[in-house]
Amino acid sequence: MSIWQCFIMAFKSLSTSKMRSLLTMLGIIIGVGAVIVIMALGNGMTVYMNDSFAAMGTTNISVNISGRGSSRTVDVDDMYEFYDENSDLFNYISPTVSAMAQVRGEDNEIYTPSIMGVSEQYLDIKDYDLSSGENIRYLDIAQNKKVCVVGAFYDHTVYSGNAVGQNIKINGENYLIIGAVEEQDDKTDENSIDNFIYVPYSTAARYLARNTTISSYTLVVNSDENVSQGIKTIKNRLYETFNSDDYYNVSSLTEILDIMNEMMDTMILILAAIAAISLVVGGIGIMNIMLVSVTERTREIGIRKALGAKGKHIRTQFVVEAATTSALGGIIGILTGIGLSTAVSKLLQAAMEVDITAIPTATSIFVSFGISVAIGIIFGYLPANKAAKLNPIEALRHD
Amino acid sequence: MITLKNIYKIYENGDTTTYASNNVSINIEKGEFVAIVGQSGSGKSTIMNIIGCLDVPTSGTYLLNNVDVSTMDDNELAEIRNKMLGFIFQQYNLIPKLNVMENVELPLLYAGLKPEERHERAMESIKRVGLLGKEKNHPSQLSGGQQQRVSIARALAGNPSVILADEPTGALDSRTGREVLEFLQKLNSEGNTIVLITHDNSIAKSANRIIRLHDGKVVYDGPSDVAEATVQAHVSFDEDPLLNSKEGGNET
Repeated sequence: MSIWQCFIMAFKSLSTSKMRSLLTMLGIIIGVGAVIVIMALGNGMTVYMNDSFAAMGTTNISVNISGRGSSRTVDVDDMYEFYDENSDLFNYISPTVSAMAQVRGEDNEIYTPSIMGVSEQYLDIKDYDLSSGENIRYLDIAQNKKVCVVGAFYDHTVYSGNAVGQNIKINGENYLIIGAVEEQDDKTDENSIDNFIYVPYSTAARYLARNTTISSYTLVVNSDENVSQGIKTIKNRLYETFNSDDYYNVSSLTEILDIMNEMMDTMILILAAIAAISLVVGGIGIMNIMLVSVTERTREIGIRKALGAKGKHIRTQFVVEAATTSALGGIIGILTGIGLSTAVSKLLQAAMEVDITAIPTATSIFVSFGISVAIGIIFGYLPANKAAKLNPIEALRHD
Repeated sequence: MITLKNIYKIYENGDTTTYASNNVSINIEKGEFVAIVGQSGSGKSTIMNIIGCLDVPTSGTYLLNNVDVSTMDDNELAEIRNKMLGFIFQQYNLIPKLNVMENVELPLLYAGLKPEERHERAMESIKRVGLLGKEKNHPSQLSGGQQQRVSIARALAGNPSVILADEPTGALDSRTGREVLEFLQKLNSEGNTIVLITHDNSIAKSANRIIRLHDGKVVYDGPSDVAEATVQAHVSFDEDPLLNSKEGGNET
């Protein structure tokens, strides 16, 4: 008797009691569905996270130098020299000086934007375009000029579209607005990322920052593959000066992204494992129903044995029946999971305006199908073995 | 064909020992129609189970087609049942959720036949019992007589050496019961070996030879037409009301 025959028998047996079969499968359906949705959502979130990071620049490397006294230090000129020496690795460099300052615009309101002292390459690093005016020039940096490039918030809201050429007061001093950046956020308000002011790093270090030494840099490598090479090269250069790695810190978004991805994977795995518990519960449900079924069909088993069915025939029949039940539950669960994932994506996009697309992974589909079949076989074996061992005389006498 | 030699089947239950078969020796030749008769508790079920390879004797030898089956294990016995024996049960024992065709095909399925061959042989068997056109029906859609004919078809499908009929008329009214017996006689005239197990003397008379069991022992073995006298002798001895009803009944 072939396995195919067993399948036909199993399907017949399942279709004679549809309600019971469905209820038996429920545990597996829920388990598989949950695993698929969790994996899909996790996958969607990882993709979303990677995209967001890519927008922020995964090729960026931040360097922070805390310094070791005044004798040993790496200054702006040293960094530029290093950058020129490694032009095959790096595309851009900009010292970064953050400052907190009060800003008063033409409307006499006070704002607290993020003020950054940067180089002329910083707009390229951020991949920002100017909507009007021009960029900071090297000359502005060399001469510590009080000029600035402003975000769209100032251009649109504070100066109503003609910021370029006007003055803005930073810490009470006038800065000439030489350029305005295109808007980066849909809602250009005070809390958006469009609320920023870039000034030459030399100016920022001299007039705006608490600490006049420039210690932070952003470097951009020319491709994603070169990030770790770039980090290594920078670290080697800094180590030459400091003879210790306690006085500087080199990091990149890619590194952070890797860590976050790892955490994400762990989280998904834990959640999926919890969902998989319901698969085990489903398996126990199948075992339970199969045991009832064996008792109910004792006479049938007796007849089959009298007609020449061996123990293995009966065992195969019941194991295949259990496996078919759980595999069918698995398929329904997979379809439910795919449906739910799509629904959840739509809901997230509609309700939270987050563009997370929950895509069920092929791996999660195949693995959960495989697991559900395996559960059927494992939990079907005990009842099947019980059936196979029935004494035909007693089984025939059974009502 | 069937040779039982000094068969004992002993059940021990605590300190009581029951001899369900007590030194039974029977020899049945190919082409015979034998009835094994006995009241309940006479040990006829035990002998039927042993002949039917559903059970093995405690001691003694059972040769079926010159093969010693008395020491076989469960799987070997299953194969013997499949290849050499056809069962007809009192309660028909059809599987309700399978249709007539599938029920008749069952023994062939376990024999490992290919679907086409299975189908062909089952069809032939269904034709023999006159149920052509009912292949797709389920047992519940058939009358008792028809169901019993399905079970006969199933017994015939495997082309067995011996057909074992256990109270085949027990669940039928007397007219259909007679039809079934006539059909068994017809099968016998075609050369099939038939062993009929019954408690009913009038039914046993359809056979050519009667073996009477009492308390696990053979008390009569001979032609059915002279069995009557010995029945009377034993009835008066046993005062068994069942055997007093000469007409036989449909007690189930």
